[in-house]
Amino acid sequence: MVIEVHDLVKKFNGTTAVDRLSFTAGRGEILGLLGPNGAGKTTAIQMLLGIIEPTGGSIRVFGQDIGTHRQAILQRLNFSSAYVSLPQNLRVMDNLRVFAGIYGVANWREKAMELLQLFEIDKLATRKTGQLSSGESTRLHLCKALLNDPELLLLDEPTASLDPDIADKVRKLLRRIQRERGITVLYTSHNMREIEEICDRVIFLHHGRKMAEGPPKEVIAKFNQQTLEQVFIRIVRDGELEETKEGSHR
Amino acid sequence: MSLRRINALLLRYLLLYRQSWTRIMEIFFWPVMDLLVWGFLTAYLLKIGSNNVPALITFLIGSMIFWDLLYRAQQSVTISFLEDVWARNLLNIFVAPVTIGEFLTATFALGVIKVSVNGLVLALLAWALYAFNIFQLGFTLIPFVLSLMLMGWAMGMVTVALIMRWGHAAEALAWGIPFLVQPLSAVFYPVSVLPGWLQPISWTMPCTYVFEGMRQVLATGIVPWHMFWWSLGLNVIYLIAAAVFFRYMFAVVRKKGLLAKLGME
Repeated sequence: MVIEVHDLVKKFNGTTAVDRLSFTAGRGEILGLLGPNGAGKTTAIQMLLGIIEPTGGSIRVFGQDIGTHRQAILQRLNFSSAYVSLPQNLRVMDNLRVFAGIYGVANWREKAMELLQLFEIDKLATRKTGQLSSGESTRLHLCKALLNDPELLLLDEPTASLDPDIADKVRKLLRRIQRERGITVLYTSHNMREIEEICDRVIFLHHGRKMAEGPPKEVIAKFNQQTLEQVFIRIVRDGELEETKEGSHR
Repeated sequence: MSLRRINALLLRYLLLYRQSWTRIMEIFFWPVMDLLVWGFLTAYLLKIGSNNVPALITFLIGSMIFWDLLYRAQQSVTISFLEDVWARNLLNIFVAPVTIGEFLTATFALGVIKVSVNGLVLALLAWALYAFNIFQLGFTLIPFVLSLMLMGWAMGMVTVALIMRWGHAAEALAWGIPFLVQPLSAVFYPVSVLPGWLQPISWTMPCTYVFEGMRQVLATGIVPWHMFWWSLGLNVIYLIAAAVFFRYMFAVVRKKGLLAKLGME
């Protein structure tokens, strides 16, 4: 297993953000982490990256504990998020050069150009990052995320700011790269159609708790719905209904 | 500790200057303005005071230069961190296999470069405009500057720890903390000028020994080495305390999820 999460708990000042979450992800699998805002997806990813300390439970990545082997684990994975940027005042190639240095990428120039070509932004290599469009910027982030040939890729809403055409291109490219290289991907998105298209398996989170898990088609069937979006809406509304009932009983 | 990663981080900060003339100008603008003000004030005091003001008053220029070096060393740590906060690049750095030690070392190295360049430019300007030769301090210049840098780094670590903990609201500390220290550390006047109850506090500051030492060298030509050793000893204590504080705050920040918040806001 690439990721083994067991009974993960995170509490912030008494509020439970992640509640006894357990899951695994195998090699070459794309696992979708779904849920409404505040469901605990980003917190879970950040605990996997070791920048938030769990309140309880365990996280093992590549068979090692994130608490004790953080640096070794981070060397083998990478991360991209729509909410994180690369320095805008550096040129595209300079940003990749800096991260290639951090990850110790041999022949960084060739590697960076190869990735820029793959994402069709090689013509922008000398342009300042701040001058890129959202789509170009997202593709640059993905170039950065693939620089160290990661075995695990954590993508937090990577297509959030893209138009449907670019988002589609990015998804197809990601799927292709993932298949060719056998990368494990943990993917969060609010776009259910995207999740259906790209993920092998999904986990629904609501108020930090796991509400459903399985391949998208199985989850859809289990909830007697037509699409993941309908499942999403049902889980969120039923969850709220349950809480309202619990609240009125108290 | 990986030299490769430290180099890569240092490169990230240096590249900012390669592509921005405004940033380069910003490094020199304030120090040069300060030098002009203090230099002309010194010239004026010498002119109106004639026999009443000793020639030693030129130490004001030396104090200003030394103060700027301390300030630059602190700024190299804090502003480097803030550059990544402002660029929303902080998470990219901290989810890479970069240790806190490597990150801080890169900012210290940037401090050495900034302090060297800044010090040289100010020394040349002070010599050209006011005939003040800071190199008359001789070899003592090196340990004195080193001592100021060490204190600047310690202050920088504390400032970054506070910004991590209290976020954007604490950003002003990056510029404010050195000026909290300034009145107590006898930069432009001797410790004896301070009220009696403040003097022991002043002697707990490593930089106080540097400023007092510099004035002694200029006045007597004799190097008060004990001042340097006191300064160095206190700096070691300050650096260890700052590192412990930084580690503690980093653990708090990880527990509260504040680094992630700061990196995505």
